[in-house]
Amino acid sequence: MCLAIPARIVHLEGNSAKVDFGEGVLRDVNVTLVDAKIGTYVLVHAGYAIQMVDEKDALETLALWKEILEAEEKQDS
Amino acid sequence: MINKNEFRSPELARKIAQKIGKLAPKDEAVKFCHVCGTHEWTITHFGLRSFLPKNVEVIAGPGCPVCIVPAAEIDEAVQLAEEGVVVTCFGDLLRVPGSQMSLLEAKAAGADVRVVYSVSDAVEIAANERDKDFTFFAVGFETTAPSTAVEVLGKPPQNFSFLVSHRLIPPAMELLLGLGDLNISGFIAPGHVSAIIGLKPYELFPRVYRMPTVVAGFEPIDVLLGIYMLLKQSKEGVAKLENEYTRIVKWEGNPKALEAIHKAFEVIAGNWRGIGRLPDSALKLREKFENYDARQKFNVHVEKGKDILLGCECHLVIIGRINPNECPMFMKVCTPSNPVGACMVSSEGTCRVWAKTRAK
Repeated sequence: MCLAIPARIVHLEGNSAKVDFGEGVLRDVNVTLVDAKIGTYVLVHAGYAIQMVDEKDALETLALWKEILEAEEKQDS
Repeated sequence: MINKNEFRSPELARKIAQKIGKLAPKDEAVKFCHVCGTHEWTITHFGLRSFLPKNVEVIAGPGCPVCIVPAAEIDEAVQLAEEGVVVTCFGDLLRVPGSQMSLLEAKAAGADVRVVYSVSDAVEIAANERDKDFTFFAVGFETTAPSTAVEVLGKPPQNFSFLVSHRLIPPAMELLLGLGDLNISGFIAPGHVSAIIGLKPYELFPRVYRMPTVVAGFEPIDVLLGIYMLLKQSKEGVAKLENEYTRIVKWEGNPKALEAIHKAFEVIAGNWRGIGRLPDSALKLREKFENYDARQKFNVHVEKGKDILLGCECHLVIIGRINPNECPMFMKVCTPSNPVGACMVSSEGTCRVWAKTRAK
């Protein structure tokens, strides 16, 4: 039930936003709990944005992990 | 844009699995416990257990908020429905067994029970149908409680109320440690509960219980990295609190959401199906909102219900003591189309997840 999905804010009006889950259909989401800005990603759970998605962090984390794993691989070999 | 496939990359998954294989202890078994239905779904759906060495086990704790709603609280919802209050709830809740019947059975008998996607939908329906009383059966962990809180604080219409059954995760994790004989070597903490509460509530696990704890996300790579980080701690002989899910989980959580929860609710002891009463583990509307508290408004109070039917072993599945296929009813008497226990009902119940993906 704690399923939550990232979506991009397309339109913003007060505490209500239209977001895109990547499937082309826009859905209404309540953004009271986050500092929403158009173009940013939010994590949506049951019609509410519950947290901002740190896009930069996501990409950096992946790159960092790949680096760590490769570095350890070299150490091992 | 974030491409979720990157977090599902088979190549990266294999690399991490190799690391896990190398890190795993040679002569002893380790058992990590997660407490989230979505983690169980990811692990089972993507077959992550098959990536792990035989002596590295991942078990599911009480991570399905629908499964742990006690029968007594289902009975309260059924009673409200029978008294003519329109009960709105998430779809998962419909078939959860009460002592006499589920909400779906109440609906079949003529009660007005409606499934909503969001609590805000329930409020909107109530505003449009002022001639009826509505209640929202508010179930869920810290991930879900903030949305209920926003609606409580948002002055809903007079014909609206809340039947609050929210529960808090950290007390359940502490209970698992108290059981002792589960022999857990580390926690995979739930990413979306943590999006709200942050990392601080988990501090006691490494500090007091010496229990490695890693907050992890829900893509396969997230979960594998979580396991990798826990094994690394085990190998180094340390117990730390770490965060794998940094793109979502911040140290402080979501302060706005926490403030909303605090304004709307007080923390009280609560009953958990299959577990019993846990101190400081449930939310109750604050006194100033008692006009919106369905239990007060309609004087509905069920103290005791029939949580576990004879032969059902949900109470052991919920705390991770047995796997679903160790229950004699699993896929024989108890199936997704005809569930006996709560763990088979919700799409995130451990039995249901196993039934859908690895029925044996």
